[in-house]
Amino acid sequence: MASIELNGKSYEVDEEGYLANLNDWDEDIAKEMARLDGAELTDAHWEVINFLREYYDEYQIAPAVRVLTKAIGKKLGKDKGNSKYLYELFPYGPAKQACKYAGLPKPTGCV
Amino acid sequence: MSTVKKFLFLNRKAPYGTIYALESLEVVLISAAFEQDVSMAFVDDGVYQLLKGQKTDGIGMKNFSPTYSALGDYDITRLYVEKESLEARGLTVDDLMDLKWEDEDDDWAEKDSIIVVSSAELADIMEQQEVILSF
Repeated sequence: MASIELNGKSYEVDEEGYLANLNDWDEDIAKEMARLDGAELTDAHWEVINFLREYYDEYQIAPAVRVLTKAIGKKLGKDKGNSKYLYELFPYGPAKQACKYAGLPKPTGCV
Repeated sequence: MSTVKKFLFLNRKAPYGTIYALESLEVVLISAAFEQDVSMAFVDDGVYQLLKGQKTDGIGMKNFSPTYSALGDYDITRLYVEKESLEARGLTVDDLMDLKWEDEDDDWAEKDSIIVVSSAELADIMEQQEVILSF
């Protein structure tokens, strides 16, 4: 299994770069994963990442993008609950990319 | 582009011990992501999947019961539970999780997802489906 080395810690990841172990997650690894993708995490990114972690904690799944969009709209406001806003933050696909930085598995139904 | 079909996922087995319940739930979430008309039915030991207060620490498996609460977000709003199966196991609807969905067309009113039906009513519901997948 592949891994990402950071600050003397080793984070196991699967073949697509998702964390193998949810409990390994910390903010540093999220920033490092973004850096490897050539992205920088702003407060707007963190808002979505933290939302996803809370969602997973409550429901034990990573939401599909349609569900994520609706739920973000409800929680953070209509101006954020649309795919344009989310795709600007996470151009590789909001559910896919944001879940990766949040240390969650790839969303169910995401191919 | 694509046609919406009526899917019913029929669940007959207890949640743990076999992989059927978890696999069913995953396929349900996938089919809903493709915007199909999805409902679920719980009969026989399948009714145990919806029990409140599941604890799986002792068997080393993930407790996936919280995921049923997310079904409403996926527009899966009809979870049929067979009355006879509940009764045969000494259960009532109060032993099951309080699953809700929010009706966007009714000012986000919370509505019950679980619908207890008799065996005969369930047969009628099954009659109306285009696809039935049994787990």
